[in-house]
Amino acid sequence: MAGVSIRNVCKSFGAVQVMEDISIDVGDGEFVVMVGPSGCGKSTLLRMVAGLETITSGEIAIDGRVVNDLEPKDRNIAMVFQNYALYPHMSVYDNMAYGLKIQKRSKADIDARVQRAAGILELSKLLARRPRELSGGQRQRVAMGRAIVREPLVFLFDEPLSNLDAKLRVQMRSELQALHQRLKTTTLYVTHDQVEAMTLAQRMLVMNAGRAEQIGAPLEVYSKPASTFVAGFIGSPPMNLIAGRIGDKGRTLACDGDVHVRLPEPRPSLDGRSVLLGVRPEHLETCPERDAALRPDIDFIELLGSDSLVYGHLGADGRGARVAARLHTSIVAREGHLPLRFGPEQMHLFDLDSGKRIEG
Amino acid sequence: MVENRPLLNFVSHAVLIIGAALVAFPLYVTFVASTLTFEQIMTVPMQLTPGDHLVENYRQVLTGGTTTGSRAAVGGMLVNSVIMALVIPIGKISISILSAFAIVYFRFPLRNFFFWMIFVTLMLPVEVRIIPTFKVIADLGLLNSYAGLTLPLIASATATFLFRQFFMTIPDELAEAARIDGAGPMRFFWDVVVPLSKTSMAALFVIQFIYGWNQYLWPLLITSEESMYPVVIGIKRMIVGGDAANEWNLVMATAMLAMLPPALVVLLMQKWFVKGLVETEK
Repeated sequence: MAGVSIRNVCKSFGAVQVMEDISIDVGDGEFVVMVGPSGCGKSTLLRMVAGLETITSGEIAIDGRVVNDLEPKDRNIAMVFQNYALYPHMSVYDNMAYGLKIQKRSKADIDARVQRAAGILELSKLLARRPRELSGGQRQRVAMGRAIVREPLVFLFDEPLSNLDAKLRVQMRSELQALHQRLKTTTLYVTHDQVEAMTLAQRMLVMNAGRAEQIGAPLEVYSKPASTFVAGFIGSPPMNLIAGRIGDKGRTLACDGDVHVRLPEPRPSLDGRSVLLGVRPEHLETCPERDAALRPDIDFIELLGSDSLVYGHLGADGRGARVAARLHTSIVAREGHLPLRFGPEQMHLFDLDSGKRIEG
Repeated sequence: MVENRPLLNFVSHAVLIIGAALVAFPLYVTFVASTLTFEQIMTVPMQLTPGDHLVENYRQVLTGGTTTGSRAAVGGMLVNSVIMALVIPIGKISISILSAFAIVYFRFPLRNFFFWMIFVTLMLPVEVRIIPTFKVIADLGLLNSYAGLTLPLIASATATFLFRQFFMTIPDELAEAARIDGAGPMRFFWDVVVPLSKTSMAALFVIQFIYGWNQYLWPLLITSEESMYPVVIGIKRMIVGGDAANEWNLVMATAMLAMLPPALVVLLMQKWFVKGLVETEK
């Protein structure tokens, strides 16, 4: 087993640059999730690691060996595709054995590996079936089996769960996790689903428009988003962002819609700066009117069961920022004025122009 | 339609039965005529029940042709026709599937240009280019040969186009999965593309078998020896001069023989044929 290092990788299609300067070192046995909205380049990056896409500039190394010019088969990787890409005319057994047959391994070796993978994935009874006779989840498992039998240095997953229904997705997610714990193979995993990213990743790479917005452990990305993009992408509903200006020698923050917040500690260097205040909906709580930091008027409420999502807006004229809060259902009023507060440690500040996090 | 109306049922069945009878009746007359003697067939009106000369008539045409018209044995012609009708579809399918594979899966300069070159020839049927083709075949010394009979009919834009369309429906990920599995292009072709194309190939085979079997104009031009005639030409050459001079019973027996192989191919391959036209197994 081995790590993958991606160094200053760029990608252009003709004159259009779709990816700029991505670098990440994936450690041996690590599970790294690349997450971002459609078209952010995450699949392209994965395909570059696989060797299905050329690298415009930069370097990709697997197990310390630069693989830029190696064919996919020589990179010692295995890939699982979104639509599974099983060979429709071959049985489950042959689908898994095909790559090994090409490597001219002995029949006994192939059989042992396939049986072992089938055992891990609970496919032993299905080995004679054709892919079209399998359910979506079973096909997904066969696709993983095809990857496992190769015993590669790196697993590459390209949105493997997005063709499954919601329930099966949750189940396969935990199976994937168990599989990784068992095999400890370095894994690169692409998804647009932030829940998948949060639950599976040891580290995640949040991408936007061909750039790496943030690299870090899921909890770190959640609690310290590096930019407003990450703040909006990770977490559901997205983080509330309210524009304002820091005043009073860096002690307070005033936003449109009658929002006045005291900074946890004075930041004289920020005095007069335009910033975005970020607070997650789940960190807002109701409070007495005099303690309130935000006083949105309620627009509508989504009931989720024990919790409710309350959407409102700041400012009496209705032009202030929109605010969402996740509150316990029992304390939610249908309409009117809702005084809300948040703890000082739950507060994030971003630069208004660049969207970058202001550390503090 | 789910409604149940007895009158509608009756009318639609009547229409279908009349239609089927209209198509089948000439075939039946052909069959009856092929079992009669020359004298019986010349009486007016001709009888519509089978006679007792079936074996004699068929033996006569298979071994010796007619006595008044062409004396070439139909047996040999059937062999020629079978060779033509087999070589043309097999050749067509092998060449088309390879060129379609190249056009879909390889990036080479002028790829689209070559595709359109092939595509444009769809507009040029054999008849339009028959004189230059004849000149080429004659200069190559291929008159009166199986090569001459089949080669010019093998190149096929239709089949290339059909395979191309089919290949484009095969997901790209399949080719990529094969690449990661370590399969080279030809390995991918044999292990994945060809097995997936089986039904398309069967459908094309049926269509092209009939196409090859029914060739008339081209063999007429390039064959001058009786030993090279296909059976369709044989029928024509049995008919000489006036109505009374022709042994219609023998001509009809030959016609029956000429109808059999395509009918058999369609019947035997019907399942595959329909699958290839309607089903995509992916």
